[in-house]
Amino acid sequence: MTSVAFPAALGLTLLAAVAGLVLPRGPRRVTAGVLTAGGGAAAVVAGAAAMRGGDWSARLPGLLPLAGARLALDPLGGLFLAVTGAVAVCAALYGIGYTRHGGLDGRVPQTMVPVFLAAMTLVPAAASVSTFLLAWELMALASLLLVVAEHRSRDEVRAAGLWYAVMTHLGLVVILGGLAGFAAAAHSESFEGLRAAADGLPAAGRGAVFLAVFAGFASKAGIAPLHVWLPRAHPEAPSHVSALMSAAMVNLGVYGIVRVGFDLLGGGAAWWWLLVLAAGGASALYGILQAAVAGDLKRLLAYSTCENMGLVLVGVGASGLFAVSGARALSALALTAALLHIVNHAGFKTLLFLAAGSVLHGTGTRDLDALGGLRTTMPATTALFGVGALMASALPLGNGFVSEWLLLQSLIHALPSGGTLTAVTMPPAVAVVALSAGLAIATFVKAFGVGFLARPRSSAAERAREAPAPMLAGMAVAALCCVLLAISPGAVLPALARSVAVAAPGPDAVTGPVTLHLTGLAGTMSPLLIAAFLLVAVVGLLALLRVAATRRTARRRARLWDCGAGPMSARMEYTATSFAEPLQRVFDDVLAPETDLDVTPLKESAYLVNSVTYRTRVGDRIEHRLYRPVLTAAARAGEAARGLANGSVHRYVGYGFYTFTGLLIALAVIR
Amino acid sequence: MTGIIGAVLQVVLVAAGAPLLVGLMRQVRARAEGRAGAGILQPWRDLRKLLRKEPITPHGTGPLFRMAPLLLAGTTLVVAAMIPLVTTRSPLDGAADLFAVTALLALGTVALALAGLDTGTAFGGMGASREMVVLALVEPTILLSTFAMSVRVGSTNLGAIVTSVLDDPQQVVFPASLLALVALVVVVIAEAGRIPVDNPSTHLELTMIHEAMVLEYAGPDLALVEWASAMRLTVLLGLLAGLFAPWGIAVDSPAMLPVGAAAIAAKVAVAGAALAAAEVFMAKLRMFRVPELLAGSFVLALFAVASSFFLVAP
Repeated sequence: MTSVAFPAALGLTLLAAVAGLVLPRGPRRVTAGVLTAGGGAAAVVAGAAAMRGGDWSARLPGLLPLAGARLALDPLGGLFLAVTGAVAVCAALYGIGYTRHGGLDGRVPQTMVPVFLAAMTLVPAAASVSTFLLAWELMALASLLLVVAEHRSRDEVRAAGLWYAVMTHLGLVVILGGLAGFAAAAHSESFEGLRAAADGLPAAGRGAVFLAVFAGFASKAGIAPLHVWLPRAHPEAPSHVSALMSAAMVNLGVYGIVRVGFDLLGGGAAWWWLLVLAAGGASALYGILQAAVAGDLKRLLAYSTCENMGLVLVGVGASGLFAVSGARALSALALTAALLHIVNHAGFKTLLFLAAGSVLHGTGTRDLDALGGLRTTMPATTALFGVGALMASALPLGNGFVSEWLLLQSLIHALPSGGTLTAVTMPPAVAVVALSAGLAIATFVKAFGVGFLARPRSSAAERAREAPAPMLAGMAVAALCCVLLAISPGAVLPALARSVAVAAPGPDAVTGPVTLHLTGLAGTMSPLLIAAFLLVAVVGLLALLRVAATRRTARRRARLWDCGAGPMSARMEYTATSFAEPLQRVFDDVLAPETDLDVTPLKESAYLVNSVTYRTRVGDRIEHRLYRPVLTAAARAGEAARGLANGSVHRYVGYGFYTFTGLLIALAVIR
Repeated sequence: MTGIIGAVLQVVLVAAGAPLLVGLMRQVRARAEGRAGAGILQPWRDLRKLLRKEPITPHGTGPLFRMAPLLLAGTTLVVAAMIPLVTTRSPLDGAADLFAVTALLALGTVALALAGLDTGTAFGGMGASREMVVLALVEPTILLSTFAMSVRVGSTNLGAIVTSVLDDPQQVVFPASLLALVALVVVVIAEAGRIPVDNPSTHLELTMIHEAMVLEYAGPDLALVEWASAMRLTVLLGLLAGLFAPWGIAVDSPAMLPVGAAAIAAKVAVAGAALAAAEVFMAKLRMFRVPELLAGSFVLALFAVASSFFLVAP
């Protein structure tokens, strides 16, 4: 099955790329979109088949010079392939409607979406260092071209593209360094060879390899403090590309960590996984705090990606830590939670980014303070975003709840057996997961409640129009997947267990179709039953209300309570900024918001105020503190170096002469 | 069979008893302040009055505004059926553990917060915003206290925790349990919107949290909200009683069910009366002092987890 579906997926996406390149503007959009969606569907089939145990490998010696291309799919790669494919189906369907306007139906964007997808299907299928790095770089370049697709219309796009280009290439450099060093030490560049040679390497060497690849992969996954590109690039990309990046591409960073750390290097020392756990926890908290105070809908979603990838890394780190201490069952449970969270996050983040794109498409703005009242003008998008927000906020009836529940179970069960190390690390880890879950609820109540409910806060929101059918179809597919995952996670868990077994061998960690049972641990939970009981309770209450409420008149419409001061205007509503203000105040020390208050008094008296201007901005503090000094120093060094090159040819010849002589003298001294 | 009858009994007890608990607490407060009080049955009379009024939809509110009271009451009823109040053998016990129970209660809160935002008034938004801050900050304490209590049992399922306390009653006086109890009491006060976090009888905008969110509800909708809030308080106090003083709860025989019902009613009444009596001597905290209180409870919960490991493990 895999041997047919995987080449079919690649073939269809390449066909879509060709269609995007050669077809005229008329049929280009639909043809490329349908072919990309087909490629995505084939990737889902290939990934699912690989997860069911249909391992597949291929060697194409002629394709790349020197080494040749090696491809192989195992259940772990299959999982990421299937997730990528499913996201691509939704994004491609949506893209058919979304790219109608704004110059997005040009050759470059239409060609690059399928190329991006092809690269993302190749990354989890690569089975040698050179193939992997090539696919990785192709993915980075294709996504970079897509991020800057709208650079003509907005200045921020250019800055975002620059940040992304630099960060992703720095990431590539460290991954390349790590993997090349690994391959050189192992005398082989195929993953099989690396796996076999890993045990023979010195511990320090393996640690260095892991550190290097972890930095690179964590940057791709948007883990703080290497996340700075993500909240810039994801919001500025066209929305279907944002979905592809935020729901599919970031996952591959986690894939890299799991593949290299667990599979190729075969576990490792406890400090590796403590590092992963700490980075994940920091990222989860920082990401969700920034999301909670973000005023831009897409920026909010981008920071929420940082948070969710952080939670995934908490699971991955915990799993590695348990594996080192010999707790096999717990290790499998933590990794199951992490991988299930990747699947769930991909589902709801696709839905949310696509819905945010609909809002942008319908109103022209993504500023939450200017939105509101969309539930009357865009009912379908509102309902779909509502579903996505529920899924993302880790509440029952949502799919995020299931994976976070599993993650918490794995963390709290570590204590009795684990020794002092787990006793010290697990309580803070639980607290971090809990606080980020609580803040996620506040964040998505803000995004949904302020963005979609109440009354429009601007004329743009008042004139909103519903998204066209292809966009709604893309979102509906994503919503359906989310709901299925939410009420019946038991359907995917057996397949997921095989992916987990690649990295953490052992029996299935979670079993049971309706009620989830943890293997070897006491703990049960049933999302389906909770949903059913809630439905029964609500229906019962409705019936009870019918009987108990004795006055059966039709609902009367009445004025809102306006303190008797006449109808309230939309300016009196709570905005996203005011909603987040208490949180911003509580976490003042972490967020360090910049506030300007200018009070201009009248000329006659200092006590009579003429006008007040209030400006507040919450920047990315890590960017401010960590990156700005480096950038400023680099710019200053560049300025200083200018003095060396004043345009005089004599001087350049002099530089050459002195350098050469200096070199000769140095050689004479050394030899 | 014990389980099914017990679960039904729990729901009925919570549904019927919750307004009485609120009445009792108001009566205790009134007597402590030297007033006669309206009697324990007054909340039920209020509900009857509200149910007889005509249903009203404020301008500009949507379907979520109408759904929210149902969801709030629905989640509370489901929780009432799940947690060990009268019996540990509820057939719903396996469907949800302590994490899921707190998350279900949070779902009801979220529905109400969205309804508050949906009205588009400043009051609704303010209440929703403050409620979300409290909810977000309470979450770590709840989960860490759960963690502390689950360590000795090896499970977060409520039935298992309660049974283990019944088997080994001296656990209750372990430092881990006591610290978790104090932390959870703060959480319950915050979640149920009592003094010093929120004042249930205020209508002053500077101090409102819960009341600000439900300001636009009237008639039967308001009755549902009031009833659900009373049930939440009952369920939370019942949960505390079940976790830290589970004696009298029915484990096996159906004959124990009436005893269990009487025991839980008495325990919740005592806890409620104590809470009301304590409230008389306290003032509401400023909104921005509340995080300090919650941070304090978080630290206690962290101590609870630490002591559950370092003081009990061999």
